[in-house]
Amino acid sequence: MSLQQDEAILDIRDLKMYFPVTRGLLRRKVADVKAVDGVTFKIRRGETLGLVGESGCGKTTIGRCVLRLYQPTSGTIFFEGEDISSLPESKVRRIRSKMALIFQDPYSSLDPRQNAGSIVGEPLKIHQWVSAQAEYNDRVEHLFRLVGLDPSMEDRFPHEFSGGQRQRIGVARALACEPSLIVCDEPISALDVSIQAQIINLLEELQEGIKGLTYLFIAHDLSVVKHISDRVAVMYLGHIVEITKSRTLYENPLHPYTKALLSAVPIADPFVEEKRERIILKGEVPTPLNPPPGCSFHPRCFMAIPECRQAVPPLHDVGGEHEVACIRV
Amino acid sequence: MLLTPGLEAYSSDKEHKMSKLLEVKNLKTYFHTEGGVVKAVDGIFYHLDKQEIIGLVGESGCGKSVSQLSVMQLISTPGEIVDGEVIFEGQDLLKFEAHGPEMRSIRGAKIAMIFQEPMTSLNPVLTISQQLTEMLELHLKMSGEAARARAIELLGMVGIPSAEDRIDDYPHQFSGGMRQRVMIAMALSCSPEILIADEPTTAVDVTTQAQLLELMKDMVERFQASLVIVTHNLGVVARYAQRIYIMYAGRIVEEGTTKDIFGKPRHPYTMGLLKCIPRLDEEEGRKLVPIEGLPPNLINMPPTCAFLPRCSYKVGRCFEEPWPQLRHLHDHHYISCYADTEEMRSEPAAR
Amino acid sequence: MENHTTSKEFQEALPRVSEWRRFRRVFFERKVVVFGLAILVVLVFTAIFATWLAPYDPYKPGVGKSLLQPCQEHLLGTDLLGRDTLSRLIYGARTALMVGFISVGVASIIGIPLGIIAGYFGGITNMIIMRAMDALMCFPMLLLALVLAAVLGGGIQNVIIALSVATIPGYARVTHGLTLSIRENDYILAQRAMGSSNLRTMAGHILPNAFPPLIVLMTMMLGNLILAEAGLSFLGIGINPPGAAWGAMVYDGYRYLVRNPALWLAPGLAIMLVVFAFNMVGDGLRDALDPRLRGLL
Repeated sequence: MSLQQDEAILDIRDLKMYFPVTRGLLRRKVADVKAVDGVTFKIRRGETLGLVGESGCGKTTIGRCVLRLYQPTSGTIFFEGEDISSLPESKVRRIRSKMALIFQDPYSSLDPRQNAGSIVGEPLKIHQWVSAQAEYNDRVEHLFRLVGLDPSMEDRFPHEFSGGQRQRIGVARALACEPSLIVCDEPISALDVSIQAQIINLLEELQEGIKGLTYLFIAHDLSVVKHISDRVAVMYLGHIVEITKSRTLYENPLHPYTKALLSAVPIADPFVEEKRERIILKGEVPTPLNPPPGCSFHPRCFMAIPECRQAVPPLHDVGGEHEVACIRV
Repeated sequence: MLLTPGLEAYSSDKEHKMSKLLEVKNLKTYFHTEGGVVKAVDGIFYHLDKQEIIGLVGESGCGKSVSQLSVMQLISTPGEIVDGEVIFEGQDLLKFEAHGPEMRSIRGAKIAMIFQEPMTSLNPVLTISQQLTEMLELHLKMSGEAARARAIELLGMVGIPSAEDRIDDYPHQFSGGMRQRVMIAMALSCSPEILIADEPTTAVDVTTQAQLLELMKDMVERFQASLVIVTHNLGVVARYAQRIYIMYAGRIVEEGTTKDIFGKPRHPYTMGLLKCIPRLDEEEGRKLVPIEGLPPNLINMPPTCAFLPRCSYKVGRCFEEPWPQLRHLHDHHYISCYADTEEMRSEPAAR
Repeated sequence: MENHTTSKEFQEALPRVSEWRRFRRVFFERKVVVFGLAILVVLVFTAIFATWLAPYDPYKPGVGKSLLQPCQEHLLGTDLLGRDTLSRLIYGARTALMVGFISVGVASIIGIPLGIIAGYFGGITNMIIMRAMDALMCFPMLLLALVLAAVLGGGIQNVIIALSVATIPGYARVTHGLTLSIRENDYILAQRAMGSSNLRTMAGHILPNAFPPLIVLMTMMLGNLILAEAGLSFLGIGINPPGAAWGAMVYDGYRYLVRNPALWLAPGLAIMLVVFAFNMVGDGLRDALDPRLRGLL
């Protein structure tokens, strides 16, 4: 692996997250939803790693595991060198100031009964980040300006803001205690197209201005993920199938699913679209309850061979920080 | 897969008129709310030719969905179609009663609509067979047996495996993508002339979306129908549509062939949109240029151009005069703008 | 740190939509609601200023002759022991409100947190609490009150206890349901993600959001409780004379149904009006706060 151990702010090793399915009064476990089934990757300090995939692939679950909102079934999560995978909840709370989450839905991610200023400042109170009221006020005002909001609107309530503005409030709240890692879970998909660009730019500028700010950017829109990320990991049914620099992903995709995914994303240019190769996959994404044996993609894969059924292909390095999980590559 | 070259079809206006399948003139649909009148659709003109795919593009609130619901006369209080004509097969559909027999015979049979949410568009307590055959029996007066056979055939056409077994299943037994296919089958069951797809890409995954769009395109070709794609996704219309209408705040601000709209966009909103969306093939380090400001508040809009607060091309006229009429640029390219926007080539694709 | 693209627009907020104005408008829209509010205002006023409003001491027997019809000195007549009905009616307002408010207060202070805790933690905690509430609900309010009266004796205190205990499950259940739906919102997950303690989340975020429907519930319960107290007193296990309570007055007047209708008509009407008023105001509150609650409350 080409990343040095000490550069990595987040180091995930063979992470698994299974959710039991229970039946009956006594809640016997009958099966597992294998939301995340053995995922390994690292994120460098200051970089943006994009996590992309379709519904059921596990990307949101990974985001939640990283923040320890779930207790992983197995595997390790190193955050800033510390193994947080099995920390008790009380210790996890301590490190919560260093990591933050931005949500998809600007309408349900803000408490409608709290005004904007108190939403943004709440992390400061929880972690006793500032000692005096004046300091608190200053910091809240600073956070508002940082995300392009007028501090005079601190006493307004969420319903008085537009969707894009609410997302800005969410970003300000995330930045309150100077986190080193922000997990962005579909932060723009609920916004209008013309507003999405505002938020993308905001996130990019914040990263340029705040040294060491790292993003794990989770989304299903590949164009957006490629634009904002340094590296991208493509997920399918609980596994990472390909992970590389974003430019390489577009120019030289190796995994058949990546190729199909890229081809399925339309480009806003008819001249380009005319010439593109179209790969249409058959069938649908299977449920994580009962994944296919071996490589989970093989039933829909146009490159599949009988050996694909035998084992889950591991991620292997093909050079230049490019890893693929496919035995045909 | 190449787009059908479209420009040859519109050689002269007269010929053009004769092949027009649907013509909408000055359609206005207003909603009466507590806060005031929302002019959801405020005077739009568009047409649809035979065997054509057009795109109606805009962000949420621009009126694109409401316009199609108006064409189908599916608007109910507090909404009201206050003006306009919808000419189809020589008749103005808006003259018919919304719930009357004429509209009912057109809806589903001649003009069909596929909605965004497959989960709520299908009746959960009826089997697929019941829902499909209902359409066939009602509009095509087929007998029960013939209808069932046709229904199975349709399901097969849209790619539902083991159609004869699955036809008696309930909607919840299908996945999201399958349900959309069922919706497509239902919509096409009576061989309509026009298929309207309202935001067909929103509720499904990208790869499923690609499958469904290809399916719709194939089906529409097969049934020799026309397709109206209502969406906010510029990529989808770049791929499938032959002509595009860009909507903003209830009006059409630019219309033209797909190549004109993307290759030579002239309205500031269109140009703004193209500059602010990320593209898979963009150069590394490309900076998005957002459209400043907020989406328009549709209640009690001023008479001037709705895009004015966000426009970087504004001239004096824009402040004084009402929203501009569509101005002819060349061929089939029209914009609704007072400024003389220079021609802007869209971003070159990354090599 | 300079913002390049964002510094230009100090983003304008949407124009301030006054929630207050909308609330007031919806609330006062229906005349019945306004009427109900007026009655409640009169009720509260009467209860507070009872001492000055009542012409006679309500507890003192013999201020007038026994069983007088309404006349100039006794506008509503007197009861068997010569006590002035009007004065008893006025003091009855005080009793009614006291019983109502205290019962609602006690029941909600216990029931609401139980509901939040059960809904928030789920699992075994939820099971234990909600099953306990279910068990308590098995006892109809009146039956419970009877039992408690038998054990503790009659009197206003025990009526309050009985009514409080009997209504706790109602609050718990409604709050539980509200908590379940509030819990699904992202802002609750955000609390966990920022390291908030459970207590902070429950008290600072779930409770305030559950409040509007709960206020409606409490208002309506007030009406119910006054009615319940009247019922208990009528059955003879509530407030006994000389205590001035409307239910007891109806009980007393029962024997003189035809002869001295004022004796039971006055308190009966009072009960009816007040219960009606609480229900109307509760409806008004519910519609003004959130019309979606129409099916729920």
